[in-house]
Amino acid sequence: MQSGMQPGALPEKHTAPETQMLDGKIAFITGSTRGIGWATAQLFAQHGAVVILNGRANQQLLDERVAELRSRFAATAIGFCADASETAAVKACYAEIFKQFKRLDVLVNNAGIMQDSVLGMISEPLVDRSLAVNVKGPLFHLQEASRLMARNKSGAIINVSSIIGSAGKEGQAVYSATKAALLGLTKSAAKELAPKGIRVNAVTPGLIQTELLKDLPAAKLAEALAGIKMGRAGQPEDVAKVILFLASDLASYVTGQVIGVDGGMIL
Amino acid sequence: MTGLDRLKAAFAQALGIPANSDFDTLQYAVTPGWDSVAHMNLVAEIENSFDIMFPTEDVIDMSSFGRAKEIVTRLGVDLSA
Repeated sequence: MQSGMQPGALPEKHTAPETQMLDGKIAFITGSTRGIGWATAQLFAQHGAVVILNGRANQQLLDERVAELRSRFAATAIGFCADASETAAVKACYAEIFKQFKRLDVLVNNAGIMQDSVLGMISEPLVDRSLAVNVKGPLFHLQEASRLMARNKSGAIINVSSIIGSAGKEGQAVYSATKAALLGLTKSAAKELAPKGIRVNAVTPGLIQTELLKDLPAAKLAEALAGIKMGRAGQPEDVAKVILFLASDLASYVTGQVIGVDGGMIL
Repeated sequence: MTGLDRLKAAFAQALGIPANSDFDTLQYAVTPGWDSVAHMNLVAEIENSFDIMFPTEDVIDMSSFGRAKEIVTRLGVDLSA
């Protein structure tokens, strides 16, 4: 505290302004051509970040999203078309990030799939694919990103888990298991990386209006909405704002935390 | 300072050993103090010293000073310069 300051007063210089909260930061967002990832990419670009987008298979959509960030926000943006479950492709992304930027400041582990099945009908391919995309992919992204971040003794990693991972839900044992795995990864990585100045946190979105909801039967949707105290599904931007906070210097003393973004949802 | 000197300096810094140590005898998990935590610090020291990035396979494979010389050479470092 500066001398002469009244107790509780803010220092003269805030740690981050209201805009440009990620000014000049290099941010990689996996699964960022749609939904929460795309909303996050736009918000990051709006706040001055250099945004690295990622999509799994649609190169055209990826190119369109990169162009949109550049034209709407005058952002520096590039895109990597790579499947989060393919370890070699993940590593290649970081080799390219090192080559182009020599650093990374933020990783948002957002890419994920949701394939549901009642317990008695869970197949091994479903489990393997879910684990590969939702657990192995984020783990190796975190591994690679943390090594780049450690060079500057600074970084923020945000893992996008789910309320299903923390609370469970019938018919979603596999998805729940993979999203719960991200919470363990978050807490372990936070402890290991804190001495290197790298913060690791997770968000657990509730019912969010994304493509993952489009196949949800109307009756199931109504049942889900009835369990949300705020009375509405969330928007991708609702989650993106919390991710922005966790990525920014406003969260400079926050690590190992799991923040629910669910409108008071009870499962 | 040659590349080899810088590599030795990185090892000395990360492992807390004297600069005149017998580097060729150093081995991961055998040399006192070269545990997994020190190993990651060592990798970071070498990467920063030469502005290179180890692929993860090399991070895991770098079990001795000799392996370190092979790896950084393959990554484009001239240890004689």
